Amino acid sequence: MSQSYNRGLIEDFGRWREFSAGMWAWVFHKFTGWVLVGYLFTHIAVLSTALTSPEAYTTTIQSLESLLVVRLLEVGLLAVAVFHILNGLRLLFVDLGIGLESQDKSFYASLLLTGAIVIASVPTFLAGVFG
Amino acid sequence: MAERYSSFQRGGRRWLWQRITAAFLVVVLAFHFFLLHFVHHADEVTFAMSQGRMQELTYFSLMILFLLTATFHGVNGVYNALINMGVEGSRKKAIGGVLAVAGLLLIVQGTRVALAMTNLV
Repeated sequence: MSQSYNRGLIEDFGRWREFSAGMWAWVFHKFTGWVLVGYLFTHIAVLSTALTSPEAYTTTIQSLESLLVVRLLEVGLLAVAVFHILNGLRLLFVDLGIGLESQDKSFYASLLLTGAIVIASVPTFLAGVFG
Repeated sequence: MAERYSSFQRGGRRWLWQRITAAFLVVVLAFHFFLLHFVHHADEVTFAMSQGRMQELTYFSLMILFLLTATFHGVNGVYNALINMGVEGSRKKAIGGVLAVAGLLLIVQGTRVALAMTNLV
């Protein structure tokens, strides 16, 4: 049976101590979504250097990739993307009626798996940036 | 029963398309990251390499579909998040208009970039 909840304004982060796993999942999914859509516009802007010249495209990307801060931001982007993908899969399953009763456990699993994938990817993402 | 949190009204068309594009993006975004960070490395990217991939019709059409679905999913997500935060009336219409124009511009620009890497134009 469906039920509606008056959950108040979840954006009121003063209530964070009251948040359950499902609410954290919702907040994280929303936050990572904002980051990803912002990055999408930035990504196309950087790739647009291909419209200037092939050299401008290659130079821009290779110059950006030589900066440690860009590599670190890419690790952050990976974390954001992996969590959004894993939690998105969790949401797709919940919407299909699969695993609603263990949605808190699947959220924790999404977090753990995100952490593991990101840590394992750090060497690849930082390769070559230190000279 | 466990509580369910969503920024979307269930059963609507915006909700359905968000799910359909999500199912596609889960696979393609993971593939995109894997190909451009693990198979190839981002610091080795050159125009010639990107061009080589984009000149294959399968890859080119996948990237165009990726651009279309990611733009829709992102813009639709932002729109529904704002409605969920209480945006109504003329502000809702204005935000919908701005997001639709921003999304279309992104698709046009992304397509121009993709075409610049082919010999189609």
